[in-house]
Amino acid sequence: MSNTEVHDDAINVDTEKGNFSYPEDYAYDAGVGLSEDTIRYISDVKKEADWIREFRLRALEIFNKKAMPTNWASKDLENIHFDKIRYYLSKGQQPSRTWDEVPDDVKETFERLGIPEQERKFLAGVEAQFDSEAAYSRMKEDLEKEGVIFVGSSEGLEKYPEIFKPFFGKVIPSTDNKFAALNSATFSGGSFIYVPKGVKLKQPLQAYFRINAENFGQFERTLIIADEDSEITYMEGCTAPKFETATLHSAVVELVALKNAKIQYITVQNWSSNVFNLVTKRGMADEGAEVKWIDCNIGSRLTMKYPGVVLKGRGARGEVLSIALANNGQHQDTGAKMIHLADDTTSNIISKSISIGEGRSTYRGQVHMPKHLKNCKNNTECDALLINTHSRTDTYPAITTRGQNNTVQHEASVSKVSAEQIFYMMQRGLSEGEAMSLAVNGFVNELLKEFPMEYSVELKRLIDMEMEGSVG
Amino acid sequence: MNALEIKNLNVSIEGQSILKDFSLTIPKGEVHALMGPNGTGKSTLAKVMAGHEDYEVESGSITLDGENILGEEPDAIAHAGLFLAFQYPLEIPGVSIANFIRAARAARCPEGESINAVEFYKELYEKMDALKMDRKFTARSLNAGFSGGEKKRCEILQMSMLDPAYCVMDETDSGLDIDALKTVSEGVNLMRGPERGFLVITHYQRLLDYIVPDVVHVMFDGRIVHSGSAELARELEAKGYDWVKEAFTATI
Repeated sequence: MSNTEVHDDAINVDTEKGNFSYPEDYAYDAGVGLSEDTIRYISDVKKEADWIREFRLRALEIFNKKAMPTNWASKDLENIHFDKIRYYLSKGQQPSRTWDEVPDDVKETFERLGIPEQERKFLAGVEAQFDSEAAYSRMKEDLEKEGVIFVGSSEGLEKYPEIFKPFFGKVIPSTDNKFAALNSATFSGGSFIYVPKGVKLKQPLQAYFRINAENFGQFERTLIIADEDSEITYMEGCTAPKFETATLHSAVVELVALKNAKIQYITVQNWSSNVFNLVTKRGMADEGAEVKWIDCNIGSRLTMKYPGVVLKGRGARGEVLSIALANNGQHQDTGAKMIHLADDTTSNIISKSISIGEGRSTYRGQVHMPKHLKNCKNNTECDALLINTHSRTDTYPAITTRGQNNTVQHEASVSKVSAEQIFYMMQRGLSEGEAMSLAVNGFVNELLKEFPMEYSVELKRLIDMEMEGSVG
Repeated sequence: MNALEIKNLNVSIEGQSILKDFSLTIPKGEVHALMGPNGTGKSTLAKVMAGHEDYEVESGSITLDGENILGEEPDAIAHAGLFLAFQYPLEIPGVSIANFIRAARAARCPEGESINAVEFYKELYEKMDALKMDRKFTARSLNAGFSGGEKKRCEILQMSMLDPAYCVMDETDSGLDIDALKTVSEGVNLMRGPERGFLVITHYQRLLDYIVPDVVHVMFDGRIVHSGSAELARELEAKGYDWVKEAFTATI
């Protein structure tokens, strides 16, 4: 330990909780590489309608045409070898309705991750995805009676096209960006949810995404539609084992909050340090509706994610609360987008990033308020915490405000955990890891209060593991 | 031996010698004051004892009840029973006083044991009352935006909650008005007893009117040059440090 720095080895990445895998026999395997044949294979396995097949093939064309966004984003993207990735792996079975019916090895995976326990404790429904397809899916019966739909993407499009098709690919079109196009071509799994008018879910629905296979790409697709005056909280968690080779996770999540509806979407991402996590998330809020993203990025090699809200109806509200922790060898490139399209719309962005060792955090924010709008408000706060001198943080806010009586407030801060602070805490008997963990928890504390209790507890635990994992 | 013992300690920073063959023994149950002009190495001594690593220890030993602590990590020294009340306590934003003290307590818990929250708060509130601290303070971020007096009270609160065998107080009186000085001293006096030793580092005699020491040491140029009773502190106050400098320089 030198004078001004804290130990690197005290703060190494620890994603050990998810670091295990079982050898699997897959009934369906699209093989390695991406071509029209890969897409047709996926479509055939899923016995899809022609319009979905067409949608996928068009998206593949768009993907092939679009350049990698390395002109503004990390050059590390060039290390993704699309021809070496496996795009579809499944055991070819329907998701089970009870954990007893889930194959033992898959069930053991989710038990080690604590999913059935959480379901018993505080969830209204769970979907557990293993590689390309859900292994388990179940929702409380009373919700089913109220008309709530909670299914996978294929089942949603097949059984309820009248509900999902009008919004599918509308909030995030395939042309949005290269990875949204990739997902549109290869999507499998994810959650399609419909909450009928006036139905307010008291407990959250949860999806858990698990990558088990090596050289694999997971492309789940989620679409949540909250009808007028309804409310839903959805939570997703994700892990993968630590492989030598890169793994790709590229999801698309579309949220639709109709008049006066509320959607809260919570993510705790704890991918292992070999995962490229390139996700497009956007919500649309109608008149008086609210879309709130709570986004926590702890793991992965490179995460690029900028949850957004299109404030389409008068009085709509959008919020992004995010925490990113970039440890050695990680780059968390995260942020938020708020597109104001109606009068009296408000948006709030609070972003907290922690960079440790060689870890790197980037914040990219976009707030758009066109000239003709009135009484729109945005508040943006982004705070960065640096632990040791190698850490790097960048902030790229882009705010376009025109029009009258529109207000934008932007605050940014960068602070450091100093060696003297660590010494002070260690003098009180805390280990170096505990001291850093406490400093980090203090930094995110105010924001954690906004989180549902179960998730703030889980997040604190993850931060502690991350900071203390390899002290000794 | 039941004592804090420092023997022939030589310490330098960036090649400059600061502590020169420094020796001091504080038996349990005694309060020793260490006085001296600025820049004689008092704060360096406190930090070296607590395991700060900016300093180069060339030779010597520090033991607590016979157990070596020199060269140990700061947390190990804390667990061995040494508490340092800082001259300039650090701010830890977002971490409340209650949570911080609880974490420090938890770090001392034997494996498998946990802290009883009800008892913890009861004890915390009693000690805060004794230090005339507003109970609302428990929720405030540690030292963030505190006045000088509030920081020092908070140090003594931590000291009393962590129940150390040896307390080192580095210029605890600096930044205190007379009322705060009295309250803090009362808090310290409550902790005095046969099971605890104190090293009170101060520049001024004022504090020692309230925390009456058993022994007073005068430090100059990296070593103790004179020791005596509490009376010595008053003598120093009356005569200033110049005579110490003169007397000491005359001997070499």
